[in-house]
Amino acid sequence: MSVAALPPYALSLGMTVERLENGVPLIALEFDGKVEGRPGFLHGGAIGGLLEMAAIAALRAELLARNTQPQIKPVNVTVEYLRGGTRQRTFALGKVTRAGRRIANLSAEAWQDDPAKPIATAWMNVLLA
Amino acid sequence: MNEAKPYAFPFAAGARFDPATVSGFMNGRGHGGFLGLHYLAHGGDWIEMGLPWREDLVGVPESGVLASGPIITLLDNATSMSVWVRSGVFRPQVTLDLRLDYVRAATPKRTVVARAECYRITRSAAFVRGLAHDGDPADPVAHAAGVFMAMEPGA
Repeated sequence: MSVAALPPYALSLGMTVERLENGVPLIALEFDGKVEGRPGFLHGGAIGGLLEMAAIAALRAELLARNTQPQIKPVNVTVEYLRGGTRQRTFALGKVTRAGRRIANLSAEAWQDDPAKPIATAWMNVLLA
Repeated sequence: MNEAKPYAFPFAAGARFDPATVSGFMNGRGHGGFLGLHYLAHGGDWIEMGLPWREDLVGVPESGVLASGPIITLLDNATSMSVWVRSGVFRPQVTLDLRLDYVRAATPKRTVVARAECYRITRSAAFVRGLAHDGDPADPVAHAAGVFMAMEPGA
C-alpha cells in the first residue's frame, strides 16, 4: 500500500492527502454538509475520524520506511475538542510517539487556518500483528 | 449515497426534549444523516441509535470492516443525546472529550447499535458512557466514555 492511500471511509468523507511533511501524510478534509454537526460546525465524529486517519497514516509511513507492513488494529482513541471547527478546510497531522513490535502509541492534531491553533487533538494506541 | 445538506437547528435552549423527534432531525441531515444514523429506543437516562453498514464507510477494504470514524460519530451523537434524555430539556453543549476502546472489529454488513447513558449532569458538564455492538450487547465492539460541556452553564 502506498503511503498516500486512504480507505473508502476517508475518501467518501472528502479526505485527501495534501502533501507529505517529512514523509508524513498531511490529511485535508473539505467542509460540506456531509461532515457538519451543529449548524455551521464540523461534527466531532468527523474530526475524530480525521485525527485517526492522520495518526494511522503517520504510522503507516513509519512502518513503510522500516520495510514492514504489519496489520494495524486500533485499541483505543481519546479525542479532546479544543475549538469548534468552522466552515473551512481542516488539516490533520499524525505523530508516532513510539512504534514497538506489538504496540504503537500515536497522536494527531487538527487545525484549520492556523496550525498554532488546533481545533482537536487525539491520542491513539494500536496493535501491530 | 445521500448528500446531506447544511441546516439550522430548530430547537431552543430549554425546550422540552423528545428523543425521537430530535434524533430524526439531528440524524436526518449533516454528518449523522450522511452516515444514516437512526433512533431506535430510549429510557430515563439512555438512548439507542443505529449505524447501518455501508461499503463506502469501510476502513479495511480487504475485510469489509467499518472504519472507526463512523463509530466515533455514532457514540458521540448517542452519548450527546443521552444527556438531554436524562434532563428532559435541550441544553446546547459541545464535546469536551470522548474516549473509545475498540474491543473488537465490527462484523461486516451488520448494523452497529450504540447504547448510551448519561450518569451525571452538573451546572456546566455532563458525564456519559456507552457501548456499541452489532447484535449482542454482551459482545460489544466498542466502549465509550466522555464529557460534554454546556455552552451556557445553567442552574
